Amino acid sequence: MIEIHEDKCDLCGCCVGVCPENCIDLTESRISIEYDICTDCRKCEWACPFEVFEFKNQRANVKVPA
Amino acid sequence: MKDSYDVVVVGGGPAGTTAARFAAMGGADVLVLEKDREIGVPVRCGEAVDHEGIIEFIQPDKKFVAAEIRNFKLVAPDGTVVKPLIEGVGYVLDRRVFDYELARLAADEGAEIVTKAYVDSVTRNNGRVDGVTVQYKGDRIRLKSKIVIGADGVESRVGRWAGMNTTVSMHDMESAAQVTAANVNVEDDTCLFYFGEKYAPGGYLWVFPKGNRTANIGLAVAADQSRKKHALKFLEEFMEKKFPDASVLSKLAGGVPCAETLEEVSMPGLMLVGDAAHQVNPVSGGGIISGMIAGKMAGKVAADVVKKNDMSLLRDYDQEWQKSLGARHHRYYKIKKVIYKFRDNDLNSIAAAMSKLPESEQTLGALFKQAVIKHPTLIVDVMKLFFS
Ligand SMILES: Cc1cc2nc3c(=O)[nH]c(=O)nc-3n(C[C@H](O)[C@H](O)[C@H](O)COP(=O)(O)OP(=O)(O)OC[C@H]3O[C@@H](n4cnc5c(N)ncnc54)[C@H](O)[C@@H]3O)c2cc1C
Ligand code: SF4
Ligand code: SF4
Repeated sequence: MIEIHEDKCDLCGCCVGVCPENCIDLTESRISIEYDICTDCRKCEWACPFEVFEFKNQRANVKVPA
Repeated sequence: MKDSYDVVVVGGGPAGTTAARFAAMGGADVLVLEKDREIGVPVRCGEAVDHEGIIEFIQPDKKFVAAEIRNFKLVAPDGTVVKPLIEGVGYVLDRRVFDYELARLAADEGAEIVTKAYVDSVTRNNGRVDGVTVQYKGDRIRLKSKIVIGADGVESRVGRWAGMNTTVSMHDMESAAQVTAANVNVEDDTCLFYFGEKYAPGGYLWVFPKGNRTANIGLAVAADQSRKKHALKFLEEFMEKKFPDASVLSKLAGGVPCAETLEEVSMPGLMLVGDAAHQVNPVSGGGIISGMIAGKMAGKVAADVVKKNDMSLLRDYDQEWQKSLGARHHRYYKIKKVIYKFRDNDLNSIAAAMSKLPESEQTLGALFKQAVIKHPTLIVDVMKLFFS
């Protein structure tokens, strides 16, 4: 699953824009992922300018996007 | 804050406050909700605009103009510098003050602006958007409105909550990093652009002066190419090499949706403006002016819908956008696709050919012509561009 290194996040919203599941929540001061919706597609990880996300082993219950 | 408005605008950037300003001017009761604690902060922008673009909305003023731009320099991957002749003048803004001023103009027309208000969903009734829910001062409040205007930037969720597909593809999202740095040796009237794989694959690097030896230095990489090396790494390497003595005053991340213009920018009860509607120029990544232009259109139409109590008029916004800037962005998007095929050696040979021309002939038009002459295979793409 996708881990967030919150201390590195600049709250810019680039990841939110590419997330196909619309499951990243970005308030004025915090970023969080709704993990029950996230498909581990890793687009947020690849798009983030500051390398905030880290992909750690695939979860078993996740539907893989087409 | 009341519990019901004619128009609720989500996001207090240039697109949102301009929409609010013109909706309020047209007589609508308008509320702007901004999640940050302050309008204009943080700045996530290179801050460059052209004079012609902003005068429709606000008179350039030294309190928000940091530098006046009269020259461009384009640097090819091999270091060849091309200085195309440009007409007119541009500015590097201080957006902190600029965004503030735009918000003030909206407030002067009667729009209410609330900060630290985070919108977390839109509400719907019979397929029509009829309000939002907002987290404010520890409460979650339901606000009703005749029209919601989603001006929530690159991170926009408003359209998606309502069922519109506004996700940006990895190919079209530009993943960006920028520093504002001091003690940099730059010409105060010249914007520099660097192109090539080593600077910013699928994007470009910019150095925009802000006066007193300071500058915005940033770059954007196509998100589908930033996987191996992220934007910040590219930028750190560039700074190390070109400006080792610079002091970094601020460092920011960002995303620019350089996408094809959306087919629909409204649905019943909802309009999208600015980055939220992918209204950025897909070639340059500039979105301040086009967001304001769309904001004005949307604000005026919203006021009209309210006044005449006729929701079908909302489509006027779609029509106006599509026939003006929308059509232009559609063409730009095709140009972008052609440009993205250029590799470093293509860029080098275009720059070499340009620099052989007499100075008076080094125009942007000539640059484009060189691109076509040097790369006959691209002619097919360009033909498609002009005849489709
Ligand atoms: C690094 C970088 C450099 C750029 N350089 C330039 C340039 O030189 N020239 C140019 O013209 N353009 C540039 N752009 C693009 C330009 O910054 C944007 O196009 C412009 O800011 C878009 O304006 P907007 O009003 O649509 O969105 P924004 O200015 O992003 O405003 C959106 C607002 O909505 C708020 N918001 C988001 N979600 C919510 C929510 N749920 N609830 C409440 N509020 C919310 C945000 O906090 C934000 O204040 C650049 C962009 C980046 C990232
Ligand atoms: S793209 Fe990266 S820096 Fe920007 S909000 Fe997402 S996690 Fe944070
Ligand atoms: S992995 Fe994919 S679905 Fe999950 S948060 Fe990131 S972009 Fe969204």
